Amino acid sequence: MAYSEDDLKKELKDQEYKYGFTSNIESEVIPKGLNEDVVRLISSKKNEPQWLLDFRLKAFAHWKTMVEKRWAHVSYPEIDFQNISYYSSPKAKKEVSWDEVDPEMKATMDKLGISMDEQKALSGVAVDFVFDSVSVKTSFQDKLQELGVIFCSFSEAVKNHPELVKKYLGTVVPPTDNFYAALNSAVFSDGSFCYIPKGVRCPMELSTYFRINEANTGQFERTLLIADEGSYVSYLEGCTAPSRDENQLHAAVVELISLDGAEIKYSTVQNWYPGDKDGKGGIYNFVTKRGICHNHSKISWTQVETGSAVTWKYPSCILKGDNSIGEFYSVAVTNHYQQADTGTKMIHLGKNTKSTIISKGISAGFSNNSYRGLVQIHKNATNARNFTQCDSLLMSDQCGAHTFPYIEVKNSTAKIEHEATTSKIGEDQLFYCNQRGISTEKAINLIVNGYCKDVLNKLPMEFAVEAQKLLEISLEGSVG
Amino acid sequence: MIKIKNLHANIDGKEILKGINLEVKAGEVHAIMGPNGSGKSTLSSVLAGREEFEVTEGSVEFDGKDLLDLAPEDRAREGLFLAFQYPIEIPGVSNINFLKTAINEKRAYLNQEPVSAKEFLGMVKEKSALVELDAKLANRSVNEGFSGGEKKRNEIFQMAMLTPKLAILDETDSGLDIDALRIVANGVNKLKSPNNATIVITHYQRLLDYIIPDFVHVLYDGKIVKSGSKDLALELEEKGYDWIKNESPL
Ligand SMILES: Nc1ncnc2c1ncn2[C@@H]1O[C@H](COP(=O)(O)OP(=O)(O)OP(=O)(O)O)[C@@H](O)[C@H]1O
Ligand SMILES: [Mg+2]
Repeated sequence: MAYSEDDLKKELKDQEYKYGFTSNIESEVIPKGLNEDVVRLISSKKNEPQWLLDFRLKAFAHWKTMVEKRWAHVSYPEIDFQNISYYSSPKAKKEVSWDEVDPEMKATMDKLGISMDEQKALSGVAVDFVFDSVSVKTSFQDKLQELGVIFCSFSEAVKNHPELVKKYLGTVVPPTDNFYAALNSAVFSDGSFCYIPKGVRCPMELSTYFRINEANTGQFERTLLIADEGSYVSYLEGCTAPSRDENQLHAAVVELISLDGAEIKYSTVQNWYPGDKDGKGGIYNFVTKRGICHNHSKISWTQVETGSAVTWKYPSCILKGDNSIGEFYSVAVTNHYQQADTGTKMIHLGKNTKSTIISKGISAGFSNNSYRGLVQIHKNATNARNFTQCDSLLMSDQCGAHTFPYIEVKNSTAKIEHEATTSKIGEDQLFYCNQRGISTEKAINLIVNGYCKDVLNKLPMEFAVEAQKLLEISLEGSVG
Repeated sequence: MIKIKNLHANIDGKEILKGINLEVKAGEVHAIMGPNGSGKSTLSSVLAGREEFEVTEGSVEFDGKDLLDLAPEDRAREGLFLAFQYPIEIPGVSNINFLKTAINEKRAYLNQEPVSAKEFLGMVKEKSALVELDAKLANRSVNEGFSGGEKKRNEIFQMAMLTPKLAILDETDSGLDIDALRIVANGVNKLKSPNNATIVITHYQRLLDYIIPDFVHVLYDGKIVKSGSKDLALELEEKGYDWIKNESPL
């Protein structure tokens, strides 16, 4: 790798949240507030077919009957859903060619390190960029099309591949699933769609980059990914937002469908604005991610969560098919006053299903970091296996680390292993490093990276470097 | 190399070092002996910059610089090395990665280029052979699950990799079997040069058969109460510390 530790150091100098800038792009924002008319307005702005409007309205009707359940180990003030705007889109019409993209938008993408040009071809990543509520540009569509791979914004998919969207939307995360999933189903604005045809191994990483820009808007995107029989795809998702004093809501839904013999590798580097060091501002990140595995298929979730003021998310696998495999690898870092409640659910329905959970929580400052996981073995799931390892690393005396593992077994052939550790970076470890000439910041880095190695190794190379940088930034000044 | 003058240090308000005077010149080997709890490890911790200890009086000059003014990592980068009496485990961080980071931090401090992968691997090979450290240990996490003796050997391996000006070995011999003792001593001797110096802290004259000291000092109740040639070590072995206690003016 050309990237050296010193490049890293240079880049990190004086860095707090480098994505905290705001772009000066004219947007069309609909007025704040939420009611049936707003849902209709969103749908009509996107020229949606009737069936999708019906989907939204049904979800909205259900949402109105729901109350937000507060079971997660996080606290935040009541959210005023009437004080949020549910749709914001960059004003310029949707670009056709790269040359026509608003220069300010290009500058934004540059700052975020996203490039749509051919250079990116070398690194083999196709990118979809979602700015506020709208997908701006997807690269390499043509190349992917040759293989029959569909990778586009959600809206385009609705237009061009309605049969696929209609068939799978809401099948893994029904609109009634939970409060925020229902809200998302009613008001989602855009997101990413991906379909890998039978037997195709997608040759490049598919990547979606989410960006919230506009103030007082919520971001509700929807990702639907279908891997048809015997196919393979690796999908990456990154997120950033400007630094603002007000909290902003992000409530996404991700649905993965892994058909017989398919494999989906889904990686997330979540770096929404975490708020400042006193806990002011930051994103509320309430996300529902779930995948279904058919026979002999596999879904692997890898996440590095460093951002957001409050996070709750549990990327889960429904292991419906026999011999299917679910994996969850997670690093969640909280610093200052951040709160995270994250983990996974592995639902074993099929025979010989296997799941692995590796969760690494790192808490610093006054933050709270919880692992919450459910392993459920159903009656017919003979020979199901689960291995769970969940470790907590504490960096201060004021932070909290909690684990809430739930295990439900209804089949006696199940084998379940659970390991958990809690550790603290010790003064004497740091001194030992100092004595060898290693500064305290660097020492923390070494130790944290070592601690997260098993998870970081699961990320595609490029993302691993980015994730390491993020860990470093997130924990800057956390000890001492 | 190092000039320690009237060094006093406290921990939690309790005085442990009560006026240490010691000068070590380049090319010399000094041995410090003394009963348990007399302050030997405290002296090495204070020199290495452990913050818990408060220096209340005195000065330390290291290679012309005010040592006490430097942060612990800068002391190390200036060439001070401490082989710990109880080496610390760092899970998840490989020995190799740890050392590479350490070497590059030092090089950056000295405005030198980072070590190349090739050069580094060459060094690892050479130096691990010197202390006959199992290659497998080099790839394992720092000291994690190492036996007591392996940890000590690893300290000397690190020392060999970092080529310090002044190395302080705090009871590196304790816990080593006879063969390991010879190997470690051998390593120390091979690294000896007219430009560096070593302070060995030990309870056993045995080590000094291998590493021949130019001077032997006895630390007792926070002070150096007697200094002499290597014969002093033999005398101590024979008579124990009571003899010194009785002689001591305290
Ligand atoms: N962290 C500490 N807190 C309180 N007292 C301490 C601390 N560290 C050392 N001391 C005390 O300082 C004195 C000197 O300890 P030190 O470890 O320097 O002795 P030593 O000469 O190295 O002994 P040994 O031969 O057993 O290694 C002892 O009385 C010890 O209890
Ligand atoms: Mg000691």
